[in-house]
Amino acid sequence: MSKIPNEITGKAYVLGDNVDTDQIIPAEYLTFNPAIPEEYKQFGKYALSSVPPAQSGLPKGNIPFHTDDEFVSPYTFIIAGKNFGCGSSREHAPVALDAAGIKVVIAEFYARIFFRNAVNGGYLVPFECTDRLCDKVCTGDELKLDVLNCKLHNLTTKEIYPLNPLGEIAPILNAGGIFAYAKQVGMLKS
Amino acid sequence: MPAMTLTEKILAKHAKTDFVEPGQNIWIDVDILMTHDVCGPGTIGVFKKHFGKAAKVWDPKKIVIIPDHYIFTADKMANRNIDVLREFSQEQNLPYYYDVGTEKYKGVCHIALPEEGHTRPGEVLLGTDSHTCTAGAFGEFATGIGNTDAGFVMGTGNLWLKVPPTMRFVFEGTLPPYLMAKDLILAVIGDIGCDGATYKAMEFDGPGVFALNMEERMTLCNMVIEAGGKNGVIAPDKVTLDFIDSRNKHKVPYTPVYTDPGAKFIYEKVYDISKLQPVVAKPHSPDNKAFVSEVKGTKLDRAYIGSCTGGKMTDFRAAAKIMHGHSVKIDTFVVPATTEVAKGLKTEKMHGKTLEQIFLDSGAKMGEASCAACLGGPSDTFGRLNQAIRCISTTNRNFPGRMGHKEAEVFLASPLTVAASAITGMITDPREYLA
Repeated sequence: MSKIPNEITGKAYVLGDNVDTDQIIPAEYLTFNPAIPEEYKQFGKYALSSVPPAQSGLPKGNIPFHTDDEFVSPYTFIIAGKNFGCGSSREHAPVALDAAGIKVVIAEFYARIFFRNAVNGGYLVPFECTDRLCDKVCTGDELKLDVLNCKLHNLTTKEIYPLNPLGEIAPILNAGGIFAYAKQVGMLKS
Repeated sequence: MPAMTLTEKILAKHAKTDFVEPGQNIWIDVDILMTHDVCGPGTIGVFKKHFGKAAKVWDPKKIVIIPDHYIFTADKMANRNIDVLREFSQEQNLPYYYDVGTEKYKGVCHIALPEEGHTRPGEVLLGTDSHTCTAGAFGEFATGIGNTDAGFVMGTGNLWLKVPPTMRFVFEGTLPPYLMAKDLILAVIGDIGCDGATYKAMEFDGPGVFALNMEERMTLCNMVIEAGGKNGVIAPDKVTLDFIDSRNKHKVPYTPVYTDPGAKFIYEKVYDISKLQPVVAKPHSPDNKAFVSEVKGTKLDRAYIGSCTGGKMTDFRAAAKIMHGHSVKIDTFVVPATTEVAKGLKTEKMHGKTLEQIFLDSGAKMGEASCAACLGGPSDTFGRLNQAIRCISTTNRNFPGRMGHKEAEVFLASPLTVAASAITGMITDPREYLA
């Protein structure tokens, strides 16, 4: 992603607390190399494949993220609870969500390596919510994110939720990741 | 100059400034970058994409590549990834590539790093693995990063980091013989939760820490990531410096760093470790703490002793002490972290038998040095949970699917507790086997 769009719309897929990187992309698929475009796509197919069925697509659960043979999911947003992306340092986790078509994750807060990887790799926009949105948004709800005003509109329920400003990560995301950002701030020669 | 913690002082020095404070974003110089077979190929891809196909790494002597995750498998992609590491190491003339199938092969990177003299007090070590924090036991700043960050470091030797505030955990008292560092860190994670140290440094202090050997200190720092910690750290003492000097074969100079008197901690907790009991983490989270006494008798299908957390000589000595003269009741897998540990199991004796013989005589299966089933891996991985069974393990994570099958249940425990449980086939207090 280069430069965050001002507005992002799409469907929500809702998860709970402590969704770790093994649930986001199980270790058996780490043999694919994300630096090879054909293999990058494969991560989309296995994204979220180790989330227990009861926790998949809340509040009901048992809603698959995508069907088994699809590489891209119909969802644009992940809404999650606390500590999203905890566990390993595998960058394959934000890669898998990006490959599956996820543009934005909105969680109460993130595990730090996942957060860094998402931002520095420029894969998706990790927003933090002030309310516990995983208890308010239902899987399948249509959402519209107003990036500039940090407001999330739930077009299905007509609710509007405030989000925390992106703060210091905004320039990195807007540059398109750490390489472009480092060039802008003079830490890397163009 | 205001007082700083050990972590803040290392980061200030590597940012070439006199003072840093928590929350500050800084660019730092990196001393060592480590990668392995799972994240190495992606890191190399990022490096080549941004610095060019003919680019050279910033310093070949500061890059350490240790294949360890998917080694003893027929999986073609996994084997292809080792080829990528091998070709890159040759192309870049990297002196510290520990190749599979050669005398240099080591096994689990976090144990191989100190064995081969790549960890030193006061340094910054970044690695493409979340358990890179293990090396904080040597008084350095060590943390895990992703492929993009690692590709950036590979080309520049620099990275931006946010300075973490430090939490201090003080262990008072003497560790009873039925407890290990694993019990201490499981107790801490259970108390603060698996997000209790997110974005923070965890410094371990007190006589209970400095009485531990290096391997046990590594176990403490290894699992800080399971509380979300950015790094774990223990001030270097004579035990540390003796270890470092015996392993620093490249004679790299280093300067130990210590927390200033009066440095600010964001949190402090004191434990009397003489009063603790054996601890487990129940499925499916490392913070799902219970005392063994609360879950004893829980039926098990498998026991696993290995990994960067629980596959070191100290771990196997503890397990062998319990398993000697007993037969295991459930499938029990023993996996040394490194080839050096594997050699140790074949040579070190207890009651006149090698440790390996004690395990084999008990009916346990011995694997080859690698990460093996700690993180599942390809389906032919030694010890992998391919069915929805219940396992007790000396490893570090028990999230759904971590060791293979997503409905398998994993209890995390110390090598003493795992060994006692292997003998009875149910969760067992090691005190029952320690006369």
